Amino acid sequence: MTQRLPLIIFALVMAVIPLLPGIPPFWIVLLDNIGLAALVAMGLVLLTGVGGLTSFGQAAFCGFGAYTTAVLTTAYGVSPWLTLPASLLVSGIAAVLLGLVTVRLSGHYLPLGTIAWGIGLFYLFSKLEFLGRNDGISGIPPLSIGAFKMLSPDTIYYAIWVAVLLSALLTMNLLDSRTGRAIRALRRGHIAAEAFGVQTPRAKLLVFIYAAVLAGLSGWLYAHFQRAANPTPFGAQAGIEYLFIAVVGGAGYVWGGVLGAGIVVILKEVLQSYLPYIFGGQSQLETIVFGIMLVLLLQLAPQGVWPWLMSRLPLKPARKTRDTSVKLEHRERAAGTSPVLLHIDKARKQFGGVLAVNDVSFDVNAREIVALIGPNGAGKSTTFNLITGVLAATSGKIAVLGNEVANAPPQEVVKLGVARTFQHVKLVPDMTVLENVAIGAHLRGNSGAISSMLRLDRADEAKLLAEAARQIERVGLSEQIDQLAGSLSLGQQRIVEIARALCVDPMLLLLDEPAAGLRHMEKQRLAALLRQLRDGGMSVLLVEHDMGFVMDLADRIVVLDFGTKIAEGTPAAIKRNPDVIKAYLGAAA
Amino acid sequence: MSALLSVADVHIAYGKVEAVRGVSLDVADNEIVTIIGANGAGKTTLLNAIMGVLPLRGRTTFAGVDMAPLDIEDRVATGLSLVPEHRELFGTMNVEDNLELGAFRIAKAVAATSLERVYTLFPRLKERRKQLAGTLSGGEQQMLAMGRALMGAPKLLMLDEPSLGLAPIIVADIFRIVGELRSAGVSVLLVEQNAQAALQIADRAYVMELGEFVLSGPASEIAANEGVAASYLGFQHEGESVI
Amino acid sequence: MNTTIMLFLLQDGITNGAIYALLGLALVLVFAVTRVILIPQGEFVTYGALSYAMLATGQVPGTVRLAVAMGLVAFALDLFFARKALHVRLVMRSVALNIVFPVALLGLVYALVGPNTPIAVNIALALLIVAAIGLFLYRIAFQPIAHTSVLVLLIASVGCHLALQGLGLVFFGAEGLRAPALSSAAVTAGPLRFTGQSLAVYGLTIGFIVGLWLFFGYTKTGKALRATAVNRLGARLVGIRTTLSGQIAFLLASVIGAISGILIVPITTLYYDTGFLIGLKGFIAAIIGGLVSYPLTAVAAIVVGIVEAFSSFYASNFKEVIVFTLILPVLVLRSLAAPQVEEEKD
Repeated sequence: MTQRLPLIIFALVMAVIPLLPGIPPFWIVLLDNIGLAALVAMGLVLLTGVGGLTSFGQAAFCGFGAYTTAVLTTAYGVSPWLTLPASLLVSGIAAVLLGLVTVRLSGHYLPLGTIAWGIGLFYLFSKLEFLGRNDGISGIPPLSIGAFKMLSPDTIYYAIWVAVLLSALLTMNLLDSRTGRAIRALRRGHIAAEAFGVQTPRAKLLVFIYAAVLAGLSGWLYAHFQRAANPTPFGAQAGIEYLFIAVVGGAGYVWGGVLGAGIVVILKEVLQSYLPYIFGGQSQLETIVFGIMLVLLLQLAPQGVWPWLMSRLPLKPARKTRDTSVKLEHRERAAGTSPVLLHIDKARKQFGGVLAVNDVSFDVNAREIVALIGPNGAGKSTTFNLITGVLAATSGKIAVLGNEVANAPPQEVVKLGVARTFQHVKLVPDMTVLENVAIGAHLRGNSGAISSMLRLDRADEAKLLAEAARQIERVGLSEQIDQLAGSLSLGQQRIVEIARALCVDPMLLLLDEPAAGLRHMEKQRLAALLRQLRDGGMSVLLVEHDMGFVMDLADRIVVLDFGTKIAEGTPAAIKRNPDVIKAYLGAAA
Repeated sequence: MSALLSVADVHIAYGKVEAVRGVSLDVADNEIVTIIGANGAGKTTLLNAIMGVLPLRGRTTFAGVDMAPLDIEDRVATGLSLVPEHRELFGTMNVEDNLELGAFRIAKAVAATSLERVYTLFPRLKERRKQLAGTLSGGEQQMLAMGRALMGAPKLLMLDEPSLGLAPIIVADIFRIVGELRSAGVSVLLVEQNAQAALQIADRAYVMELGEFVLSGPASEIAANEGVAASYLGFQHEGESVI
Repeated sequence: MNTTIMLFLLQDGITNGAIYALLGLALVLVFAVTRVILIPQGEFVTYGALSYAMLATGQVPGTVRLAVAMGLVAFALDLFFARKALHVRLVMRSVALNIVFPVALLGLVYALVGPNTPIAVNIALALLIVAAIGLFLYRIAFQPIAHTSVLVLLIASVGCHLALQGLGLVFFGAEGLRAPALSSAAVTAGPLRFTGQSLAVYGLTIGFIVGLWLFFGYTKTGKALRATAVNRLGARLVGIRTTLSGQIAFLLASVIGAISGILIVPITTLYYDTGFLIGLKGFIAAIIGGLVSYPLTAVAAIVVGIVEAFSSFYASNFKEVIVFTLILPVLVLRSLAAPQVEEEKD
């Protein structure tokens, strides 16, 4: 693996540092602090940079970790090693409780909410009697192995950095997996991920807990490093600083968290020790300079230092060869009770006073291509959203093979074999084409977070990736398989979405304007592919504005206008239909 | 003939990828010029760069003024206007506020006559003038975007895919109005995927492929060109003309 | 419950709440126009209050020198960003705004400062100083990164807060300051006594709410600011200078912050770092108002003030815990009520 070698080198370097003669002990203390901050920042990378959930409250989870061990070891005499699971558990439980509320927050409410409970918890730590109020708890015993006590900074150093490296490894493993892809898709909104069966609230809660447990681990180590715990390092300021560390390093990168921790901890130290010499003992100068440098750094490298550094190194990601021979089993088909594949009966959707879909009824049969046409705002995409469960119908009935889907969530609809693409492409631009397409096969794998972290998921993972590669080949994008999805043209991105939908192993494919942005030849290729899919037994329901493409391809056309179905029939009949000409086509030839 | 807009040897890059490579074009007074080509060819990129939304390498002059040092707001003041692909309306403000803001840099008295003119051109907007822009239908939003741009009394209106996502019947309406602009003394630079409709109303046309102009000339000649017909007009011919 | 105590707590809460409302309004304003969550709002409060307090004792506050220094940096940035297209008008404008204005202010402060300077003059000077700092702060820290994400802006905002708070200690020292009251008048109604100070607080809060409502609803500049908030690119395409919109927003916010500070400092002793916590409570109100609604923010601020007053009476230890956790249920409700952000139209 390309990731392994640098990691091993880094681990060896870190292991040797304290053994070097002449290393000032003070450097080791700095490295300890960097490691502690890196743990929290790594959690934030996953939570904020990758998952898109900005948290200012991580310091509070350090507090849970630190205070748990502080109370258990001092008041109850529990051995420090036994308090480790307790610390992680308490941080984790706190994360579940806060997370259940927090991950439901949308948009800016989420980071603001974390500021609020972050500050609230800080005041709670500093007011509670059994946590020693503002003075905190001191006299925490050191970590020890047998008779060996980790009393000095250079002994606990190893405990801290083993924790950092292990966490980094586990985090990277997690990101490079089925669960990891689901997490990485979160930042781009939940609709696309949910359309392929990802339980987004659960995935969000998972990263939230993961980040909190890492922070709790850092807090636990901190308590045994300082041998004391007081509220100050767990307040709002610290929470802000951790986020700053992640952003400075590069919020999307695991090593960005470590790098950011190094930069910030050293910068603060340098400022604190040298500024007084330059400016003659003025207090608080380091905060001023620190603040100014923060603003400056963001202006120069808003993406963080790590990606900036990487783009300057002559590193080329190795082109991976992939074993496409492993086969992924077909999805288990839902039992059907009706010969009609998709049955829509008087579906209606009302937004406030606006009737977006007005008692629309039509069917899609097996092996059939049906087109849904009509002006913008006619309710076509809303109809798609009703079928796929993104929106709940106000009334009416929608059934796939006789299974009622009205008001079922998207994750259930996709299990019935309904896969879709989006009018506004919803790919994750900084994931490769392969990874994006593999999200489509989410429901056909079953490895969870823990097995991914421990690399027990490889067989399952190979099958998913092989299936994704096969579908990419099928739509003719093999050349682009390892490129970032965001670097493709919009037309190609639409085709990637089709490959992703095919990974579901669907019976019904819903395509929202698949031909937009394609050239004539590409449209012909797309039409050929869709015909081939139909002949292979799949059905297609598509929304499209290119009348040439639609008339040529569709077996049947449904026309919507102002939410109402105004016509249905073969392309030839639709072209002659006076209502359609009047409302949509205009004075046709 | 002195060109109103002149673009010479323009390159536009996203990071290391050049999206537009060495493109030159001009638009004269009272002229409708169209750029046709597939999505991803660089048409939108070019319009955005001429407007100053994206940086470019090369030379652009408008009405005799070098555009390089000017930012978007200054370019608007020289009489250049863009109706972008996504329309960029003020969705939570009503139609009339949107139009009034279109005349942000124009004296109040002039703006009042502009408003009358826009309402004559788009009677639908007058009917809906107290409605929020975000609640309009796609066609109405396109009309509002064009109306808002016209409120600034531009000399050149750049339209990016005005027909995108609209019913053929509304597309016909929009193109009719674009044609009328010429008689009102506004030049038009029109970027379109709907090549057939664009070529019907344009005086001249450029065909763009992978960031370069591969063909240019009078619109009628371009429409008659076999390669163009095969690449861009194909399906419309097969499916019979719908416009 | 004792009615007098209750009325007293209510009055106390409403007075504090009105201050939080002012700050909340400013936060909403700045966020709407620039997407910056203005953490340094608290520093505007302390700078305004303590500059006024120092002027009242006849001293020159260090903030005015900061304004001059920031003006110079802003000028340098103007020149740097316009280096390819320098023309005289632009340079003159930049000189006038970034150099002449703060230097003239400095001269004015030195000329007028003294133990007998009228209160109104001191207030005006303090407001001008903070206004200049607010204006330049946007130019220096936020304008260059105006296009980046809310998160990056937020972190930059935190950086500004740290720097300004540190400078506050340098300017004002660690000792708290108090200033003379704006008026010694007082009205008694039943058991309650309304000081001129608290009446000024109510009046100014209501005045600002009405003023902002008129400004945004009916003036061209106000509408342009709203347009910037709704759609930045759209605003630029009709010729609205979004940088100017940002500067106006920061100017208004800094003035509002300074006024709040000047209103509080005769009532309570303020320290260089007190502003942060006061700002945060305005912030809670702003969040409850969803960062968009002015009236809702004002109401929320009053509620925050009242909750704070009551919890400091009944559970003073947990006052802050209560105030800050109050927000969570509100946020959940708002998130549930908010329409799906991603919903697309066809």
